[in-house]
Amino acid sequence: MPKVKLPRKSTTIDMTAMCDVAFLLLSFFITTTKFKPSETLAVVTPSSVASKVVDQKDVAMVTIDKDGKVFLSFSDDAPKKEIIESLNTTRNLGLSDAEMKNFAKGPFVGVPFSQLKSYLAQPVDNWPKVNSPGIPVTDTLNNEMIDWMRAVVAGFQGVKMNLLVKGDNASKYPSFKGVIDAFKKNDQMKFGMVTNPEGVPTGSDLYQDNMRRLQSGGAAPAEQ
Amino acid sequence: MAELDTSGGGHKKGPGVKKGKKLSTRVDLTPMVDLGFLLITFFIFTTTMSQPTALRLFLPKDTEKPEEQNKAKASGALTILLAKNNGIFYYEGELAPDASNFKSTGFKEIRDIIINKKKSVKPEDFVVVIKPNKESTYKNVVDMLDEMAINVVKRYALVDISPVEDELIVKSGG
Repeated sequence: MPKVKLPRKSTTIDMTAMCDVAFLLLSFFITTTKFKPSETLAVVTPSSVASKVVDQKDVAMVTIDKDGKVFLSFSDDAPKKEIIESLNTTRNLGLSDAEMKNFAKGPFVGVPFSQLKSYLAQPVDNWPKVNSPGIPVTDTLNNEMIDWMRAVVAGFQGVKMNLLVKGDNASKYPSFKGVIDAFKKNDQMKFGMVTNPEGVPTGSDLYQDNMRRLQSGGAAPAEQ
Repeated sequence: MAELDTSGGGHKKGPGVKKGKKLSTRVDLTPMVDLGFLLITFFIFTTTMSQPTALRLFLPKDTEKPEEQNKAKASGALTILLAKNNGIFYYEGELAPDASNFKSTGFKEIRDIIINKKKSVKPEDFVVVIKPNKESTYKNVVDMLDEMAINVVKRYALVDISPVEDELIVKSGG
């Protein structure tokens, strides 16, 4: 019986199509990617069902780290100069112009008022390395956050401020309470808490509400 | 793989005439694809797809005058106490003097307790009071506020814990 002669096929494949796809995807990811901003404070946020995305403009953010230390930071468009000037006059900190300029450049502040001058005198690059003790909030008699918030409110005059709290999962409640007390004292009754998004549990009341809303008008689910 | 065709043509052009080498225009694209996918994986891993969200919280104003304060109807109140190690204690209505209605629970069961309470009382009377103690974490508080959103509890309050309740938590081993 004669052997059936199979035609020898080449093992090389045309890679052009695959290359096209690869680079198409690559260009997509390059254009859509947004690098995580370098986080000098490591904070693991809790999750919630809230669907509203955090505002990025005019932000005053209070960060609570895992040890309950409180830091204050701002977005780049925030009136930092006005804030520090207002704080300087209310608390008689005696800051120089250079130190106030340094505050506007710096990423965050987390020291008591007594150390603020020496802290601001350092170059901005040094700040994350300094072991800052955080802004004191837990002592009800000496809650320095109240003064900070007063200065922030004064600085943001005429602009809608987005007040955010970003807390670590492991931080204890008293720090958070100190922060919200300071908000209350300055009539800042509305604020947001930064969380990771999470699905709404099926069958819960919120889930049913959202479904009803979707069916009735096709409108987007209500935001928290 | 690489197919750089170097076998010249088989034409005979007579003696002295140099063979013009006929090079193939095909290039091996495999390394390029490799590089492409390597970069894709890099960008996939570094990209931030999920934007953080903000859970909104509205604080009530502290009033000194008792007539301006919202009085919560005791029958419709559910007080949830947050303790350390993710422990939860709760009581319905007012705390009994002998603390007989003071119960312990966990984060898994609390949703059913809220739902049951919500069903059993009039909607306008229903109010949840959240009292975190010193040992509770920020996560517990946010989870609890989230629970309010999940179960569509319209009225809830974040209140300081009283010493009596704090003692009860310690006594109950929380």
